[in-house]
Amino acid sequence: MGQTITVTVNGTAHTAEVDPRTLLVHFLREQLTLTGTHIGCDTSTCGCCTVHLDGEPVLSCSVLAVQADGCAVRTVEGLAEGGELHPIQQAFHENHGLQCGFCTPGMMMTGLGVIEQNPNAADEEIREALEGNLCRCTGYQNIVAAVRSAADQMARS
Amino acid sequence: MATVERKTGGGIGEAVLRKEDRKFVTGEGRYVDDLRLPGMLHAVFVRSPFGHARITGIDTAAAEALPGVHRVLTHATLPAETGVLCASNPPGSDVRQPEQPLLARDEVRYVGEPVAIVIADDRYLARDGADLVHVDYDPLPVVCDAEAALADGAPLVHSEYPDNAAATLFHETDGFAEALAGAARTVELRVVNQRVTPMPMETRGCIGDWQQSTGEVTLHTSTQVAHFVRTFISFVCGTSEAKVRVVTPDVGGGFGAKLNTYREEFAVCSASRVLGVPVKWIEDRSENAVATIHGRDQIQYYTAGVDESGRIVALKLEAFQNNGAYHQLLTPTISHLTVFMVPGCYDIQNISIRMRQAFTNTTPTDAYRGAGRPEATHGIERLMDAIADDLGLDAAEVRRVNFIKPEQFPYSSSTGLVYDSGDYDTTLDEALRLADYAGFAARRAASEANGRYRGIGLSTYVEVCGLAPSAVTAAIGVGAPGWEHSTVRLHPTGKATVITGTSPHGQGHATSWSQIVQTELGVPFEDVEVIHGDTAFQPYGLGTYGSRSLAVGGVALYRSLGKVREKAREIAANLLECSVDDLEWTGSSWQVKGSPDRAKTIQELAGAAWAASSMPEGVEPVLEATTFHDPPNFTFPFGTHVCEVEIDPDTGRVEIVNYTAVDDCGNVINPMIVDGQVHGGIIQGLGQALYEETVYGEDGQMLTPTLVEYLVPSAADVPPMTLARTTTPSPSNPMGVKGIGEAGTIAASAAIVNAAVDALSGLGVRHLEMPMQPARIWNVIQEATS
Repeated sequence: MGQTITVTVNGTAHTAEVDPRTLLVHFLREQLTLTGTHIGCDTSTCGCCTVHLDGEPVLSCSVLAVQADGCAVRTVEGLAEGGELHPIQQAFHENHGLQCGFCTPGMMMTGLGVIEQNPNAADEEIREALEGNLCRCTGYQNIVAAVRSAADQMARS
Repeated sequence: MATVERKTGGGIGEAVLRKEDRKFVTGEGRYVDDLRLPGMLHAVFVRSPFGHARITGIDTAAAEALPGVHRVLTHATLPAETGVLCASNPPGSDVRQPEQPLLARDEVRYVGEPVAIVIADDRYLARDGADLVHVDYDPLPVVCDAEAALADGAPLVHSEYPDNAAATLFHETDGFAEALAGAARTVELRVVNQRVTPMPMETRGCIGDWQQSTGEVTLHTSTQVAHFVRTFISFVCGTSEAKVRVVTPDVGGGFGAKLNTYREEFAVCSASRVLGVPVKWIEDRSENAVATIHGRDQIQYYTAGVDESGRIVALKLEAFQNNGAYHQLLTPTISHLTVFMVPGCYDIQNISIRMRQAFTNTTPTDAYRGAGRPEATHGIERLMDAIADDLGLDAAEVRRVNFIKPEQFPYSSSTGLVYDSGDYDTTLDEALRLADYAGFAARRAASEANGRYRGIGLSTYVEVCGLAPSAVTAAIGVGAPGWEHSTVRLHPTGKATVITGTSPHGQGHATSWSQIVQTELGVPFEDVEVIHGDTAFQPYGLGTYGSRSLAVGGVALYRSLGKVREKAREIAANLLECSVDDLEWTGSSWQVKGSPDRAKTIQELAGAAWAASSMPEGVEPVLEATTFHDPPNFTFPFGTHVCEVEIDPDTGRVEIVNYTAVDDCGNVINPMIVDGQVHGGIIQGLGQALYEETVYGEDGQMLTPTLVEYLVPSAADVPPMTLARTTTPSPSNPMGVKGIGEAGTIAASAAIVNAAVDALSGLGVRHLEMPMQPARIWNVIQEATS
């Protein structure tokens, strides 16, 4: 029935038994109680559940927990260090890049992936890269500004 | 408009960064699916796969035999006093209120109607169990379109209603027919405001927790209206309202979808009552598409009688509103709001409106951002362009000749409203300037040289906000008042707690309310905490919808702060041994006039009021005040949006190349938050104009049940926007505020469609329906050019 996996989440190794059909997002939310990663759809369309798997943004609703065995996962809870917000978090705050906050963790994880892959992305490229993450509140203008601002901040530091 | 500097704290009018943000950016937000209670089980609903069918049998045995499944409840076994209740009964409309049981009894009337509820150890097992519930259906004929439903011989949604008529609203001014007959010309236009789905990123969800020993029930639910839910649980579940507590955790967007009381909310309470443990239900997205209310779905036939200048001398609207299979909380009132706003920002004295509401085999419609007002604005703004086109006039000029003029305010509309204040020419002027309307011809020529069609479109809107004066809600048959509550409590240390009846779900009330406290009471922004959405804390709150939170709830807060300040004055006079008339308010303390050394800060006075050792005679201890503010009138924000598009003839894609919005929402508390509301609102209007449509097949099947088919715009699909504001304070409240939550959505769709029609006008195109997806536009171009 169960299968034992070891996943390193935000730097901490977790060994747990999971039902093989358990999605990574449910493993994170329900077994590890890391509820910052949200579920917004059931068709891999909304991007709310985006986390980094071995450094790459992925939809954690489209990965089985057993597929993450031996991998490193980074979630929104792993962004801030020592109470200090990560530049992407600070930028979303300073640019009013969030309203209800539900899409925000996934949006930041995708945004961070964009910055890591292309630190000098133009606004148009940021918009294209965020295409898989839906937000119903902000109209995206301030989200794009936040990612731009975080990229600039990370380039400086 | 100059960019306003953002800061980490401040008072009214400043662009203060939100105090809500930190929990959300760190993942510490607590949405309902993040909550777990001891012993909690998980529910999944079995839903109808048919648009209309008779239920001839339900076999739950296989599901109940599955390990991990605790119970399967059906209509026969789920206790309920009554079905879902509708709070809307427009007088004179012959409104019908069909029974809507929590679980279908013997007939299902739309795809997604709940039939059974499976309760199991976890959501995977509950889903497994749901797959094992066998329901026998005899399919029945369906009708999904409002006009078709009201036609002779249509299949009946409810057999007891032989015409599918849900309600009819009729309003006509004296002398209308003569005015129309005497018009120099008439312009006719049919407009379809298609069905769309609110789609907040967080679906609905709730946890019912019925305590067996006391009969107390707590519902944690993702809602905009905790107190409505509480009151209705008492009716539906048959218990004392005083035993019901509704707690709103963080809410991931609402847009009207959560301005309701739903079957599932009652059902999980009853299921918890039966099982003796908490029961959680979290809606899937594809479930949300069929089980949560939809919006719009109105077909309009306009006839405008105009003079040669384009002035409307008489306006007739015959409209069909699709109410869906049942009435949710406010369904019949939504198109009533359309009726009110048919004249828009124009001085139209002669008017005739018939709004025929129909039952169909579809998910119920109800309030979606704008709620009846986008339908009115889209229609009248399309009509303005049709009139301009018919007479060969400029679209802006036709609007100007019809505008209500500044000196006409307060303005009594032909539909019975009194518009508070407005200056429509100024927002139009400013928008045209920012959008370089005058330079458009050159840009069009440049686009044409590149083989692309270019157009520009206007939307000049006014909306009715600040819902609502309670006497008016009663008069239009809404079974709920429109006031709002606030309590301001100063603690012995001088810190403040605000309890508000509003229920933010992204609007940032904790920030804006703290700014109001800082300005009006001198308690610093960071010393203010705001509590909302928990019925245990509030006497009652009506919630957040209809752009009402600031104009009603914010004003309730303002009035409570005034009461606290005046009470503090009496205590200060006593401590300073002077008359209250000798004191002046400095913004944060009471001081003897002209004597800064003889003063008491609000914090000192809060401490003194708590200690109560030296109180003036007849003054109670503690600085605390409560207000129930019932607004004397609605508020009427307005503005002009200008959209410029290019259309690629090869693909039919409508690309927005410039979008300018000049809005006037009266005085502003936080310009950063206001801009955010406008951005988001515009993109929801854009979604309806370009991408979104909730579609039913002729067999009643939902053809857009996921975000793959239902196209919510992404960052790559939308343009940057240019925003500006004018400020015309509302005279209806002491803060001069109006509201901004819905303006963008109300204004945007017409500006975008008008721009696209303008772009293709050279091909002879006179009208386009939404959504203007590439295939539709490509086909229009092919037809026009072949």
